[in-house]
Amino acid sequence: MAGKAHSLFDRSILVPAIRESFTKLNPVHLARNPVIFVTLVGALVTTVELVFAPFRGQPVRFPLQIALWLWFTVVFANFAEAMAEGRGKAQADTLRKARTLTTANLLDSGGATKTVTAESLRKDNVVLVRAGEVIPADGEVISGAATVDESAITGESAPVIRESGGDRSAVTGGTRVLSDEITVRVTANPGESFMDHMISLVEGAKRQKTPNEIALTILLASLTILFIIVVSTLKPFGLYSHARFSITVLAALLVCLIPTTIGGLLSAIGIAGIDRLVQHNVLAMSGRAVEAAGDVDVLLLDKTGTITLGNRQAVEFVPALGVTVEELADAAQLASLADETPEGRSIVVLAKQFGIRERELGEFQKAEFIAFTAKTRMSGVDINGNRYRKGAADAVCEFVGGSLPQKVEECVREIAQKGATPLVVAYNDKVLGAIHLKDIVKGGLQDRFERFRAMGIRTVMITGDNRLTAQAIAREAGVDDFLAEAKPEDKLALIRREQAVGHLVAMTGDGTNDAPALAQADVGVAMNTGTQAAKEAGNMVDLDSNPTKLIEVVEIGKQLLMTRGALTTFSVANDVSKFFAIIPAMLVSTFPVIGPLNIMRLSTPHSAILSAVIFNALIIVALIPLALKGIKFRPLGAAQILRRNLLIYGLGGLVVPFIGIKLIDMIIRAVGLA
Amino acid sequence: MHAMGWVQLAVFTLVLLAITKPIGLYLLRVLDPEGHTYLDPVLKPVERLAYALIGSERIKEQDWKGYAASALVLSLLGAVFTYVLLRLQQFLPLNPQHFGALSPDLSFNTASSFTTNTNWQNYGGESTMSYLSQMLALTFHNFISAAMGISIAAALVRGIARQKTKLLGNFWVDLTRVCLYLLLPICVVLALFLVSQGVIQNFSHYKTAHIVEPYTASKTGALAQKRIRTQSIAMGPVASQEAIKELGTNGGGFMNANSAHPYENPTPLSNFIEMLALCAIGSGLTYWLGRIVGNQRHGWSIWSAMLILFLAGTMACWWAESRGNPRLTSLGVSSYQGNMEGKEARFGVFDSALFATITTDTSCGAVNSMHDSYLPLGGLVPLFNMHMGCVVFGGVGSGLYGILIFVILAIFLAGLMIGRTPEYLGKKLESYDIMTAVLAILFPSVVLLGLTALASVSQWGLAALGNSGPHGLSEILYAFTSTVNNNGSAFAGLNGNSAPYNTALGLAMLVGRYFIIIPVLALAGNLAQKKAVPVSSGSMPVAGGTFILLVIGTVLIVGALTFFPVVSLGPVVEHFLMVNSTRLF
Repeated sequence: MAGKAHSLFDRSILVPAIRESFTKLNPVHLARNPVIFVTLVGALVTTVELVFAPFRGQPVRFPLQIALWLWFTVVFANFAEAMAEGRGKAQADTLRKARTLTTANLLDSGGATKTVTAESLRKDNVVLVRAGEVIPADGEVISGAATVDESAITGESAPVIRESGGDRSAVTGGTRVLSDEITVRVTANPGESFMDHMISLVEGAKRQKTPNEIALTILLASLTILFIIVVSTLKPFGLYSHARFSITVLAALLVCLIPTTIGGLLSAIGIAGIDRLVQHNVLAMSGRAVEAAGDVDVLLLDKTGTITLGNRQAVEFVPALGVTVEELADAAQLASLADETPEGRSIVVLAKQFGIRERELGEFQKAEFIAFTAKTRMSGVDINGNRYRKGAADAVCEFVGGSLPQKVEECVREIAQKGATPLVVAYNDKVLGAIHLKDIVKGGLQDRFERFRAMGIRTVMITGDNRLTAQAIAREAGVDDFLAEAKPEDKLALIRREQAVGHLVAMTGDGTNDAPALAQADVGVAMNTGTQAAKEAGNMVDLDSNPTKLIEVVEIGKQLLMTRGALTTFSVANDVSKFFAIIPAMLVSTFPVIGPLNIMRLSTPHSAILSAVIFNALIIVALIPLALKGIKFRPLGAAQILRRNLLIYGLGGLVVPFIGIKLIDMIIRAVGLA
Repeated sequence: MHAMGWVQLAVFTLVLLAITKPIGLYLLRVLDPEGHTYLDPVLKPVERLAYALIGSERIKEQDWKGYAASALVLSLLGAVFTYVLLRLQQFLPLNPQHFGALSPDLSFNTASSFTTNTNWQNYGGESTMSYLSQMLALTFHNFISAAMGISIAAALVRGIARQKTKLLGNFWVDLTRVCLYLLLPICVVLALFLVSQGVIQNFSHYKTAHIVEPYTASKTGALAQKRIRTQSIAMGPVASQEAIKELGTNGGGFMNANSAHPYENPTPLSNFIEMLALCAIGSGLTYWLGRIVGNQRHGWSIWSAMLILFLAGTMACWWAESRGNPRLTSLGVSSYQGNMEGKEARFGVFDSALFATITTDTSCGAVNSMHDSYLPLGGLVPLFNMHMGCVVFGGVGSGLYGILIFVILAIFLAGLMIGRTPEYLGKKLESYDIMTAVLAILFPSVVLLGLTALASVSQWGLAALGNSGPHGLSEILYAFTSTVNNNGSAFAGLNGNSAPYNTALGLAMLVGRYFIIIPVLALAGNLAQKKAVPVSSGSMPVAGGTFILLVIGTVLIVGALTFFPVVSLGPVVEHFLMVNSTRLF
């Protein structure tokens, strides 16, 4: 199943990764990464020098070690990428296990079924899936309803219901029907399904560089060109100064100066970011979407399900003057009997507390039940000519043909101001009182929104409720803003409005009417339980269908960018120490007076150069865990994060290599390598 | 390092701080085509006349390509004009000394030099240039090239501040307004002040003075054994050129000795004002930047980063020079005054070190002492300042766009660390922006190192040297550093007036100017089209201590560190040789 975090030293990943590190030495593959490609050229050049050294009567011990370590540098960079890909593959393999099925019951237009392989299915084919069978492809239920075991992709063992029409019609290939049978219209060609996208993304095979990676690669390539010039002009400067610099030393200097650390870890960081999303059971359509998540500064959160628990519950009956609570409860229960919504049921449940016995629909021979509709916004029952109704205040007001009693009206306003939903109960033309339906705000949200505010992210709650209700819930949950009485098209308009002033917007959605907004949003996370339309419109799918996950998605996006920035800064800052290790070593034989410039007091010129090269190679390996796990994410303001990370990775990048190179030099001297 | 030096440094810093805001506010009016100044009654008709000459078609707002094309066309015309004038000098009027025409390569070098605001001089002004050449062929560029730098900076800042447009302003309008309302009036005041201090302003024949102690010249050739009794004292319209030389960070002296010459820079007060004029516009532009982008703290933060680099450089140079030459000290020479070789007695070590730092922090290149005679570490400071790209207050305009390139790179490098696509003042930095920014750094560095390397191993390169060993390498490096960075100050000691040097240095100046201007304008054009993300607590901070340190770190690591290897072989080795050995060069 997805969502498993692999240990860093998982043998099943480690061993193939080591093998991959060598197959990736293919120059065609390395050409994608200019920094590592130049390192490869450096390794080749030093190897050629090494081969010729005996013929020139030169000692080979030093050039041999330099050449070896330059090769190691390339291999280590490959290893970092292979490790990230290996972890991705491990995720992909578990995803793929769900796809081992082979057959499908293809329905032709006449209604006859034919058994075909799942791979042969095309978009718009219709298949029949019976109990016990595996759904052969992503699709949409066009008739029937069934319980489906989706644990293969979500890890959630409880079966879910999938039915035609409505917002629960999407099914995912690889999941199993447990009961009943459904007819499914296939919505994706083989190789184009969501899972296929995900597998290729986490495997890194078809990974496109994201815009930010491209920009960074341009910068790294330019620094590489700059250092090629710096190092190659040293040859003539040496000639002028009567100092001879060997090709081996120049290649060593070049590889130390170009940003090999970030160059070697760059793709690993990107793959690991997507991998982390998968561990959270979120599938991203592209690396670009993950990056965009880091940039998001407006979160649109649906009230229901995200901010509040799914359902409102009746918590109080408020009778009108001259009406007892019992009378009101009785009428409310009768009016709600036909109301199958969670709200309706909660009224029945609350009524029981007032000693109202439970009634069955069958008791009433002549009862005529009036179901709730969006138009009437009331439900109720007519029994023996008596009409019981409960519904929205204005609807009931209209029903009784007048105005609400003052107490009820006050009460309704009061309930609404508290952010709750008032319902009014009427018996014929008499208003009996109000029901207090309350939204239950999820715990811990206020803290989270506070953290987002610190990061400069604004949270906007979207609700169909009226302004007063929305305002009260917004206050209770601690969101920055809200959109009340929202229709689906309002959501789209809001996103456009925010984007027009430069904001990047993230949202979650599940219904078909969310699709336009999901498509418009910079990050649109579709719920796996949602419709196919919603899933296609978004650029991520949350397999757990937990709207609150949006928050994690943003954090993972930010963490990805932070890791990339931190290692870049570290890599560039490293250069200072390498200059101080290598340049004095190169000059000291011609100009012994330059000794004091060797501020690290490295033992010999050869040892100094070798230490810098070894440090440069080992630091890649040392930072692989950081690249894969990502740097620690803290919900702070940009200024604080910058100060913190600059201190750790900027200053650290200046200081650490001084210590590291010195230590390696001491070991080299102790072992007697140079 | 004497107390008087500290006092002067404090006074200079405070006065610079005090004039920054007023200049910035004035720039706000000048760089706004609709802006009003107190000089409108006098200069508005001139401005209108200029537009009439340029043509009303050409003064509409331009996109980056249009802006760049205008700048390039004007540069080309200006360079050709100067080249022709210098080649025909002997036939033209205002030439009382009857100087001949300049050689083709020297004319190319000089035309490149003045067009690019470098003012590298491979000639001695008073012994080569007629008054007409000085005033028409050269001073004209002093205004145009300075105004061009400010215009380009204005276009970049507009690109940063504007949204969803391709337009960056109009080059001709910016150029005209900067010349008329900014440079001209300040220069008039400055020139009058300099005259009051004793700077000359005339068209006289050179004066002949009888020297007090006649001596016998020991040179070989025609002058051999000649008894020297008189000295020819150069005259000319010095003050007017001096004013724009400093204000426009041009640096080309009327006299060969530049601001060390008593007719260019007679008193400590004139010295102080000249140094202030060097930094004035570059400093004011940071305030203007803050105003235009609507973030004054950002402007001041950039100013602070510049100030820190300025103070560090000044103190390093002053410290190195005031210790004196240890070789002389060991012979019993007092080191009380510091290293006075090549310095004017009326300025002393501090004013010389301060001037040397400022003239290389900015891209001016005027000198009041011989940088060649500085001790190795003292001479390293001017070199280092130029390796940073002359971005500390910087050349007028070029300092601002130069440091903004570093700011953009700094933000891109570190900005990711806050967990967002790096953004500068709300503009997301993407591949195109990074590409243009790094090109602006890459081209000059490659040319600088490449040409220095070429010269250091070729016959023509070595033939020009006045010294061998590390100091010789410093001389070549200094020449190309100075020209690529459009500074123009000379280490002297290097005789650059040969066809290969004239050509190589000329090319270096052109690359150093236009291969930065074009990427900068492309960057401006790209930024202008972007939509700005509203600033929030999640945005990259562009002001405050962390940001200042970040910018300084980037300038040092990306800008100057590149030159660490070659500098090690030059001034650094020379320093250790001076201190720890008895070798001489």
